[in-house]
Amino acid sequence: MSFESAGYQLAPVLPELVLAVGAMALLMLGAYRGQETTRTVTSLAVVLLIVVGALVYMQPAGKQVTFGGSFIVDDFARFMKILALIGSAVTLVLSAEFLSDPSRRIFEYAILVLLSTLGMMVLISAGDLISLYLGLELMSLALYVVAASNRDNAKSTEAGLKYFVLGALSSGMLLYGSSLVYGFTGTVSFTGIAAAATVSNVGLVFGLVFLLAGLCFKVSAVPFHMWTPDVYEGAPTPVTAFFASAPKVAALAVFTRVTLTAFPGIVSQWQQILVFVAIASMALGSFAAIGQTNIKRLMAYSSIGHMGFALVGLASGTVEGAQGVLMYIVIYVAMTLGSFSIILAMKRNGQAVEQISDFAGLSRTNPLLAFMFAMLLFSLAGIPPLAGFFAKWYVFVAAIKANLFTLAVIGVLTSVVGAYYYLAIVKTMYFDEPAGQVDPVRIEVRTVLAVAGLFNILFALFAGPVVSVASAAAKSLF
Amino acid sequence: MTTWPILSVTTFLPLVGALIVYLSRGDDEAAKRNSRWIALWTTLITFAVSVILVMRFDPSNPDFQFVEKANWLATGITYHMGVDGISLPLVILTTAVMPFCIIASWKAITSRVREYMMAFLILETLMIGTFSALDLVLFYLFFEGGLIPMFLIIGVWGGPRRVYASFKFFLYTLLGSVLMLLAIMALYWNGGTTDIPTLMHTAVPRSLQTWAWLAFFASFAVKMPMWPVHTWLPDAHVEAPTAGSVVLAAILLKMGGYGFLRFSLPMFPLASHDFAPLIFTLSAIAIIYTSLVALMQEDMKKLIAYSSVAHMGFVTMGIFAGTMQGVAGGVFQMISHGIVSGALFLCVGIVYDRLHTREIAAYGGLVNRMPLYAMTFMVFTMANVGLPGTSGFVGEFMTLLGTFKVSIPTAFFASFGVILSAAYALWLYRKVVFGALVKPSLMSMKDLTFRECLTLFPMIALTILFGVWPKPVLDMSAASVQQLVNNYNTAVTAMKAAALLQ
Repeated sequence: MSFESAGYQLAPVLPELVLAVGAMALLMLGAYRGQETTRTVTSLAVVLLIVVGALVYMQPAGKQVTFGGSFIVDDFARFMKILALIGSAVTLVLSAEFLSDPSRRIFEYAILVLLSTLGMMVLISAGDLISLYLGLELMSLALYVVAASNRDNAKSTEAGLKYFVLGALSSGMLLYGSSLVYGFTGTVSFTGIAAAATVSNVGLVFGLVFLLAGLCFKVSAVPFHMWTPDVYEGAPTPVTAFFASAPKVAALAVFTRVTLTAFPGIVSQWQQILVFVAIASMALGSFAAIGQTNIKRLMAYSSIGHMGFALVGLASGTVEGAQGVLMYIVIYVAMTLGSFSIILAMKRNGQAVEQISDFAGLSRTNPLLAFMFAMLLFSLAGIPPLAGFFAKWYVFVAAIKANLFTLAVIGVLTSVVGAYYYLAIVKTMYFDEPAGQVDPVRIEVRTVLAVAGLFNILFALFAGPVVSVASAAAKSLF
Repeated sequence: MTTWPILSVTTFLPLVGALIVYLSRGDDEAAKRNSRWIALWTTLITFAVSVILVMRFDPSNPDFQFVEKANWLATGITYHMGVDGISLPLVILTTAVMPFCIIASWKAITSRVREYMMAFLILETLMIGTFSALDLVLFYLFFEGGLIPMFLIIGVWGGPRRVYASFKFFLYTLLGSVLMLLAIMALYWNGGTTDIPTLMHTAVPRSLQTWAWLAFFASFAVKMPMWPVHTWLPDAHVEAPTAGSVVLAAILLKMGGYGFLRFSLPMFPLASHDFAPLIFTLSAIAIIYTSLVALMQEDMKKLIAYSSVAHMGFVTMGIFAGTMQGVAGGVFQMISHGIVSGALFLCVGIVYDRLHTREIAAYGGLVNRMPLYAMTFMVFTMANVGLPGTSGFVGEFMTLLGTFKVSIPTAFFASFGVILSAAYALWLYRKVVFGALVKPSLMSMKDLTFRECLTLFPMIALTILFGVWPKPVLDMSAASVQQLVNNYNTAVTAMKAAALLQ
């Protein structure tokens, strides 16, 4: 019996293999040529991510399973992988300026982003608890280092350490949960667990809770969100943009896959957990953001709130819910990358400014930047006809179908509270007196902003195709 | 029939205009003049196109006309546009009022003219879209999208308390609307589509009707605005620039009434019947209470804002009476109020531009310096009072008549509103226009300029024309209103018959 025929084909993992080999090759290049290759390595890393994205895109439609069921490639996985790759590639592009500083010529940065992305891809395709953990750790370990990449900055170092300590704790919880689930079902594969977990028993639910706690940490959902504001504020801005986009995609993907494919038999058990987590995240995200003065910290609370909204879709536990999660994450990634490119663009005399008051009167000093940011903020608040509205539509429409009326009502009410702090930034930009000129914006930041901004404003025009792709991806889970 | 999508062209033409304004770069005087002219021409052309709508409209057909349908989002959500006798008058009102708004801002707005004109043009697209969307998601898109430009108009070009007013306006309206959004979702799962004509013929279970009605009510009552959720309106009106107030009073408030007519009555007839007493009570309170509040105002714009709330009370009362006269009167009152209140805000804007205060006490005896202005202001004051011969009378009379058939106490109390409106409107007129001209600041006041006459005289003509000959508006809406009322009464009668059988 050959290796291939026993369910160990390599074709489904081709993109991951290319990414792994490519990352190691770039590592060699950097190690032998030294730090002056930073620019080359980073550019090649972006090219590599694009190539891998193309490979994922060209994979045949339908479901392929390899490595004895621990690695699944379906429409859902391909959708999420492409999104995560886009997130990683764009943030690498946005990092160009950060890396151009002579004191920060670190080629390892791009390598770490690549390895982290590899972890995400494994995570997204995980078909059992082992590959889930493998992917999660590869992703997280690289992220811990990246968070501290601004070595000379105390805040950045603190962010890295904090993230590591709390991340390790959450990994421990996840492992503990996994071992309990394994103990009570006798298997680690999702399909096996689904077959065994048809009735809930205390041990299984216990394991489920710990498993979900670990995952909640990764998507930074309340009550496992405490690291988010500090890490977002402390990490260098391009890194924060990275944290807010690609890892969230991967974590949300595995969250969706675990709950929907491993525990479909005990929906009522995890549904109430998710309802609580969603409500808590949405409420904390909107209320805690009101008092923030630092834009990155505000974005941290905003992302906590947005994860809460995405979990509203998941909490419904239906195919519509999965579709809602997919729609939400696509739009969320676009909005986040757009917003962070604006935060990156905000520089005065070569110094990055991060206070919300620094945005005062931006509509007069740089009207286009202010307009784009205003549109992104209205979109984050979920105001039609911008993309953010459609994100909210698809998660809440799933919640309504699943009769989660209380969740839906609380959700939309918190979105009104959330609208307040987004409006407050628009007010600062449009109604207040200018706080001074802004430096010219770098070309790569401008490009990212233009693409993300136009996606956001014109989403209503091409929403149809996105919806059908998301719908097909969601169906592949069921 | 038509070969080009005339309704979409009307809707999106202002958006194209906004793009052209955007592309005309520059900050100097020439650029400002350009953007003013582009905006004016865009609104005029849009109005001209909408006149084609009127000419091709078949008033005897109660169904939707100029229907356009295209795929948009998968699964039952389409791009579906169309107008009937209820929405067409409002579309025309929108396209007709917008050129006046642009002209009224000609001299009053000097900073960031380009952005201002773009905001107004985008707002026009969203308003026309609201009245002509035949898909709930599309409707919501236009309905809520209007918040963004209006927020900026109040906040950037508004008065001293503009930040407070713009936030209040935005958050109040959003809070009402998100609940409606959930109801839209519930309707979507109930009917499998968000297509409005289909949903009008889809039975909605009684319990869902109640909840959905309340959710829609939350949104439209705020937008209308009805007592007690009207408090954002005086703030928004006072702080908004003149043209912003005009749009707010003339068009944005009508979205609430339109929503009741388009959704609440046809989709939830039983709930509407159940809740009619609530609406009657709120309307009667609004008419009397806000009229009394108006009597106490010291700010001209605030006074007119409160009078708007009172006049909208007649609209809600007439709509939920569910009679032919009531609903037709409601539609007519919306059009009439759109013209009259818009014109009143323009009148306030004219003296505000000269003296930069809206305080009633700062004026007096203007008739001596501004006879033309005094005449104009009088016509609109009388129309606001509801003097026979002006359009205000027709609407109030018909809604009272329609309500009388259903609820005598409501009609009785609402009639007081007519007396009270005479009290505050005439009091305002007396204080501002009559009396001796003693205040030195008023001595140099100039009468209406040509540009101001251009905005006000057509409105005078319309006010008096519709006052003596309301037939054009009533005929346009008659068939659609008739069908609406018939369907409503059939549903209510069937429910009563079923209740008797049990």
